[in-house]
Amino acid sequence: MLKRVHFGPSILPFLLVAPQIAITLIFFMWPAGQALYQSFLLEDAFGLSTEFVWFDNFKDLFADPYYVGAFKRTAVFSVSVAALAMLSALLLAAMADRVARGLYAYRTMLIWPYAVAPVLAGALWVFMFDPTLGILSYVLTVMGVDWNHKLNGNQAMLLVIIAATWKQIAYNFLFFVAAIQSIPKSLIEAASIDGAGPWRRFLTIILPLITPTTFFLLVVNIVYAFFDTFGIIHAITQGGPNKATEILVYKVWYDGAVALDLGSSAAQSVILMAIVIFMTVIQFRYIERKVEY
Amino acid sequence: MIENRPLTTLIAHLVLLAGVAIVAFPIWITFVAATHDAVRMTQVPLPLLPGDQFFVNLKTVLFEGVGGQNATPVWLMMTNSLIMAMMIAVGKIVISLLSAYAIVYFRFPFRMGFFWMIFVTLMLPVEVRIFPTFKVVADLGMLNSYWGMTVPLIASATATFMFRQVFLTIPDEMLEAARVDGAGPMRFFWDILIPLSRTNIAALFVILFIYGWNQYLWPLLITTDADYYTVVMGIKQMLESAEQSPDWHLIMMTALLAMLPPVLVVLSMQKLFVKGLTETEK
Repeated sequence: MLKRVHFGPSILPFLLVAPQIAITLIFFMWPAGQALYQSFLLEDAFGLSTEFVWFDNFKDLFADPYYVGAFKRTAVFSVSVAALAMLSALLLAAMADRVARGLYAYRTMLIWPYAVAPVLAGALWVFMFDPTLGILSYVLTVMGVDWNHKLNGNQAMLLVIIAATWKQIAYNFLFFVAAIQSIPKSLIEAASIDGAGPWRRFLTIILPLITPTTFFLLVVNIVYAFFDTFGIIHAITQGGPNKATEILVYKVWYDGAVALDLGSSAAQSVILMAIVIFMTVIQFRYIERKVEY
Repeated sequence: MIENRPLTTLIAHLVLLAGVAIVAFPIWITFVAATHDAVRMTQVPLPLLPGDQFFVNLKTVLFEGVGGQNATPVWLMMTNSLIMAMMIAVGKIVISLLSAYAIVYFRFPFRMGFFWMIFVTLMLPVEVRIFPTFKVVADLGMLNSYWGMTVPLIASATATFMFRQVFLTIPDEMLEAARVDGAGPMRFFWDILIPLSRTNIAALFVILFIYGWNQYLWPLLITTDADYYTVVMGIKQMLESAEQSPDWHLIMMTALLAMLPPVLVVLSMQKLFVKGLTETEK
């Protein structure tokens, strides 16, 4: 961690870490502490009086069917996004491994959605599925499907899942391609000489050997679906209709900014923080073991 | 290629082409919508082939904006986005370089304490500490300013870790040689460490530029003054006004402009982008 050859004590290293530490203290530690503190407070609607209520905010949350519902919706949303984005990326990566020519061109054309902002991805998909004008909802109507994500909660959920998946395929694709290409060719050749066809080789050699990448991507995808999809939902459904697409991150924002229930919003923040810490621990434990193949 | 199977290769190409088509379809529709006029964009079904209004729409959006007389012109929003993205990317890189240098090359009290403090920022994404952070920024009088939009986002554990990793691979003989030649700590930093980590800095810049350009929730809270609106935020406001009078041709033109800089960065610096993505692991 520290270099064997290094500089002795002086004021300089403190000056060097000062900017990062100052920002961390002012904009990370202090607000996180505030969120923790506020989650124990009950404020009236006008902010005139505050009362220390211990864990009441948390008790209220878990007694609130909307909050428990938001948990379930987040689970459905993030598992669907992770599964869809990883499966389609794995399929594309496996195919890309089989083409001798054009891999670079395919990669170029598949990775750029990573650079599109979530709220823009939302705007593109909400335009294509606009109930009156959208080109895809028109196709669906012709096929006899009555599409209106502004009224139908399941359709709204489906639409945000599609938009979030579309944006995440690029990232998964890059990592799967790298993982598949790092498998020693001699293994594949040996299996091939033993008579294993492409499908068999994929199931018995490639898939087990890329397990570390798959696990890493699973964590990253779940974190993405939990926290980075606010813009998509804000653009497409605003959590509606009737809260059908209100996931945890969206509810924190909504309860704080629109419903102005700061105590509850802070308690929700604290729960989210616990979730991030849990995910980070998993991710880092994994990264330490990544090199073992 | 292990064996020659023309049929499986053909299937592989077909699957990849289908994937590319699905990924590209929304952009094609966006582009087509941006090339038609308002009248055509209200007739069902919407066009699938481009029209001839591209430059007319481009001019309207860039200089007049969308949504009537008081609309913010998109060139101003793009400039704000650019300033925000540059400040976030450069800020994150500079403070991470400095703190990684201190942690790797100096022995000083609380060194590990500082390291863990930086590590913890990884666990506090802006979404979960949003209102208390907003309050801090408001108390510091940083609302409606570029500083308020960027500084609270620039602490970075991932960038610090990456530079730490890079510095650890630099041989100790470098520092010994520099010392023999009489270089002090800052001289060593500027003349040896920075040039040696140049590609890592570039790769990280690509990732952070995209991250900065695409910020949405934070600027949405911090800015109420239209002079500071970024283009990514602008889209959302246009979508809201689209509930009454949908100017889809202009909204989609703005969307096209908003995604252009980060997409261009990814496509033109693909190698650096892939390097940055895999090295920071996020």
